[in-house]
Amino acid sequence: MSRTSVKTSTLPAASRLDRWLEACLRFTRQRPLGAIGAAIIGIMIAAALLAGFVSPYDPLVTNYGRMLQAPSSLHWFGTDSFGRDVFTRIIYGSRTALWIGFASSLLGATLGALIGVTSAYFSGKIDLMLQRFMDLLLSFPLIILALVVVSLLGSGITNVIFAITVPMVPRCALVVRSSALALREMPFVEAARALGFGPLRIIVRHMLPNVMAPYLIMLTAFLGQAILLEASLTFLGLGVAEPTAAWGLMLRGAAVEFAERAPWMALFPGLAISLAVFAFNIFGDSLRDALDPKLRLP
Amino acid sequence: MLKYPDLSIVRRFASLLLTVVGSLAVAGVAAFAAETPRSGGELVFAVGGTPPSYDGHRETTFAMLHPVAPHYSTLLRFDPQNYPKIVGDVAESWQVSKDKLTYTFKIRKGIQFHDGSVLTAKDVKATYDKIIFPPEGVVSSRQATYAVVDKVESPDGQTIVFRLKHPSASFLANLASPWNFIYKADILAKDPRWYEKNIMGTGPFTFVEYVAGSHWVGKKNPNYFMKGRPYLDGYKALIIRDTAPRVAAVRSGQAHAEFRGFNPGARDDIVKTAGDQVVVQEIPWVCNLTVTINNEKKPFDDVRVRRALTLAIDRWEASKALSQISVMKYVGGLFRPGSEFATPESELVKLAGYGKNIEASRTEAKRLLREAGVPEGFSFTLKNRNVREPYEVTGIYVIDQWRQIGLNVNHVQQEEGAYFNDFRQGNFDTGIDFSCDFMDDPDLQLFKFISSEKSPVNYARYNDSVLDELYDKQSRTTDPKERLKLLRQFEKRVVDEKAYQFPPTLWWQRIVVHSAKMKGGKVTPSHYVNQDLRDVWLAQ
Amino acid sequence: MRHYILKRLLLMIPTLFGVAVLIFLLLRVLPGDIVELKYAGTGSYAPKEALARERAQLGLDQPLWKQFITWIVGISLLDFGTSMWTGQPITHEIAIRLELSIELAVMATFVAILISIPLGALAAVKQDTWIDYFVRIFSIAGLAIPSFWLAIVIILTFVIYFRWLPPLTFTSLWVDPKANLTQLIWPALAVGYRYSAVATRMTRSAVLEVLREDYIRTARAKGLRENAVLIRHALKNALLPVITVIGLEFAFLVGGLVVTEQVFNLNGIGKLFVEAISQRDYTMVQSLVLLTSFIFIFVNFLVDLVNAYLDPRIRFQ
Repeated sequence: MSRTSVKTSTLPAASRLDRWLEACLRFTRQRPLGAIGAAIIGIMIAAALLAGFVSPYDPLVTNYGRMLQAPSSLHWFGTDSFGRDVFTRIIYGSRTALWIGFASSLLGATLGALIGVTSAYFSGKIDLMLQRFMDLLLSFPLIILALVVVSLLGSGITNVIFAITVPMVPRCALVVRSSALALREMPFVEAARALGFGPLRIIVRHMLPNVMAPYLIMLTAFLGQAILLEASLTFLGLGVAEPTAAWGLMLRGAAVEFAERAPWMALFPGLAISLAVFAFNIFGDSLRDALDPKLRLP
Repeated sequence: MLKYPDLSIVRRFASLLLTVVGSLAVAGVAAFAAETPRSGGELVFAVGGTPPSYDGHRETTFAMLHPVAPHYSTLLRFDPQNYPKIVGDVAESWQVSKDKLTYTFKIRKGIQFHDGSVLTAKDVKATYDKIIFPPEGVVSSRQATYAVVDKVESPDGQTIVFRLKHPSASFLANLASPWNFIYKADILAKDPRWYEKNIMGTGPFTFVEYVAGSHWVGKKNPNYFMKGRPYLDGYKALIIRDTAPRVAAVRSGQAHAEFRGFNPGARDDIVKTAGDQVVVQEIPWVCNLTVTINNEKKPFDDVRVRRALTLAIDRWEASKALSQISVMKYVGGLFRPGSEFATPESELVKLAGYGKNIEASRTEAKRLLREAGVPEGFSFTLKNRNVREPYEVTGIYVIDQWRQIGLNVNHVQQEEGAYFNDFRQGNFDTGIDFSCDFMDDPDLQLFKFISSEKSPVNYARYNDSVLDELYDKQSRTTDPKERLKLLRQFEKRVVDEKAYQFPPTLWWQRIVVHSAKMKGGKVTPSHYVNQDLRDVWLAQ
Repeated sequence: MRHYILKRLLLMIPTLFGVAVLIFLLLRVLPGDIVELKYAGTGSYAPKEALARERAQLGLDQPLWKQFITWIVGISLLDFGTSMWTGQPITHEIAIRLELSIELAVMATFVAILISIPLGALAAVKQDTWIDYFVRIFSIAGLAIPSFWLAIVIILTFVIYFRWLPPLTFTSLWVDPKANLTQLIWPALAVGYRYSAVATRMTRSAVLEVLREDYIRTARAKGLRENAVLIRHALKNALLPVITVIGLEFAFLVGGLVVTEQVFNLNGIGKLFVEAISQRDYTMVQSLVLLTSFIFIFVNFLVDLVNAYLDPRIRFQ
């Protein structure tokens, strides 16, 4: 039987899946770099989910008899200044990184998209006000926001997520807004308005789905950035706290101090961060190339 | 017939004698020259912070002291070669009355301020009036330590008299405080806050410039009262806030020294690169970390729970492990190991938490917890600063030790503002607190442990009149043996019997690494003391 | 045009006011105040009344709205007050550090432009070849590597292998250019590399787009050499979005290089900022935030202006 006849005789759900799979294969063939990025991300997600099964040790248990040991068959990536296994902490760290990355970019991009579309839809005074507010958020230093959040709510993953989400909102809002501006003039929006649909419904049901492309692209761009931001904030003492396993935390303090005697302490988390951000960015890039090459990212 | 001695023998003997004497002389000269301080050169050292104001009476940070101290003199100082022996700086000699209530000092003649005016007792009186009885609007950070002083008088230009309310064993040492810069009376009369933003002292170096956040420069004072000093032509303090570039500065030779102290990792790195071009001096530091317990919160109001907490900590193991990765090193009670007040080890191991049999201690701890009704896996928080060394390191260690008696502790690290605020408000279960003094003095070290209502630095929220009494007694005793007895009692009560708050582990090790060219800067247990650089010289 | 400029300039004011209100409130929400922090350490046995007096002197006992009004009025008269921590005038404290931060930002921008434009154009021209892949990997690596990690690696390499460190104190470019550049070139390279990542990708996509345009095909049809096509026609038109991106990123650089300044020990605005925050030096932080926000908004405005000038389509909107 020919392929087409199989397709037409299957249920719509399956054919959607089929098409999706085909798109993925095309993507891999046409944009190998992006595929590599996706593969790395896949590995990271797998590691995060299966952390308990894959890691040889407990990430939190200290062992003062085995501090600062070089990579060996016992400890593939060596141990840190408390005797904890670096390899285990890197794996558990992927959990923290992905959780922070996904949560904050999802939150930031979604909020940003909502604001961007709303701003574009209403235009006029509301648009102006929202624009100024976005300007304010953009120009406001991240450190203060992070510090406020951390001081008030304490350090901890959820609070870091809040802190990191804030700078993402205006960036996404700006990008989505410019896409949505074009949308506003389109006939289907006019039609919706003529039919008497309220602004909320138009924004959510009609406009939002059509800015999916820039939304997804911003999302993937933010993922990498979130991981980096967490690392920087932790470096300044404002992010996640010990003894959580987080890559940025692993780079702080002891890693720098023992950078010569125990270079593996700084090397592996640094590589992990770089690799993760690299993967997200290259995947996002290829995604943009595939979906909307004209898109200008701030 | 030969009437004269054989000339050849004489000649040979003479030449031998000459050679021996000559070489001895040369060696002697060489040795002498190697140790003779040489004048000249500019000392460059790194400082880990920016000075807030320039007033020593007001500030409490080494970041002010290190660049500014060389501009000033104090009444007394610690003998650099013989800490803690006290010698005079501006004071030439002194007498203490039989009843120990009157201290009379003779001021040296001919000391000049950097503007040429002569220092008299009037200036010393004005200085100490500012420290002990600050005028309106002036903050004197160490005012409470001089509460024992009734009056300060200057009967004539070269004499200054302190009248005390009661005898005080530590008073003389307190006058050697490196913070008590001698200021000019005329200036203080016009504006008591002038010294916050200006420099006018009698010290070995005059002020050249300060570029905010960058560097501080001083120049040799040609009219310094100690003839031949200072050796250096000048100094430059580089402000380097972050540890990594600070270590790198000494390591690369761009700075000769850093006077606060590095940790063992930094020391090893520097030695590895610079080899014999650097010298390392190590000494126990008058600094430690304490586990503070909120005595007002359940279940920590129960002495059994507190004792369990201290019994669980293996201090001897900690010393071995932590000293490799941080400055935490020496096991001690409330007094610095190595000081005259320190409890000898034989006595120390009898205190709760200091025993060498950790298994027995932990079993006892678990039993106490059960008795007090604390369930297995009980959870509470430990509040700490978010500085790695040595706070975080200690916090992690302590939590690990408590885990082994079945307690589940959350490590909450906060930045400074939140941390101090929480401590003050009593918004914590347990916490890591620190203590750094400028000298070994029970009055200073024990101040933290007397009743909270009397001591603003006691965050543990308890009141204990027995401790207060002991404190006053030891402060007024002038018999050293009697004093030691009282100190032992105090320590036992705080650390063992009541376990209000206790050193979790250790006293710090002060590791100072400096260029081999820098000489004369013998380190003391305190990084606040002897920082005026008058004894420092640079070899070729 | 003039109308547009005026409107934008006027719109800056409410934004800056919003920033002022936000920073004022957020700071006071933070726990701990400067007096507590200053005298909280060991060795401080100052009585409570003295501390209360300090607070009064700094104006901290006034009701919030009064503190705010006093500050805002001062700002509008260009009087930024004194730092609560050192007591020195804020303009003095900031001026010393601003020179370094601005110079670093400019140098990093130069580095970024030097790297990104040639590389981006090259990648576009050789699209989908291994040169293209290499350029893309190279530029994304710049984005991916944590900046402080890179900075630490640079410093350690110097110290360990050359036993040398860049000068630790800042000398002005006009006083001693050699010392100045020896200090700043390394952070400029580290920052510039990262900065170039964004610009390279933008250049690449902009050039790609332009190369598809009709007028390029016409130029080629006319027989112009590839180089001439590239430089005279493509690059000129591709530059617009590139300038936009570079301008936007520059706006973040002044005051945004906190971690870099810390690791390289640069006495700049970023370092001052972090210190002032941990010291709860309200006046200093407020002034710094206003300054960086102003720079950010102003640079944005300039970029928009350049856009409007260069692209007639926008100008006549």
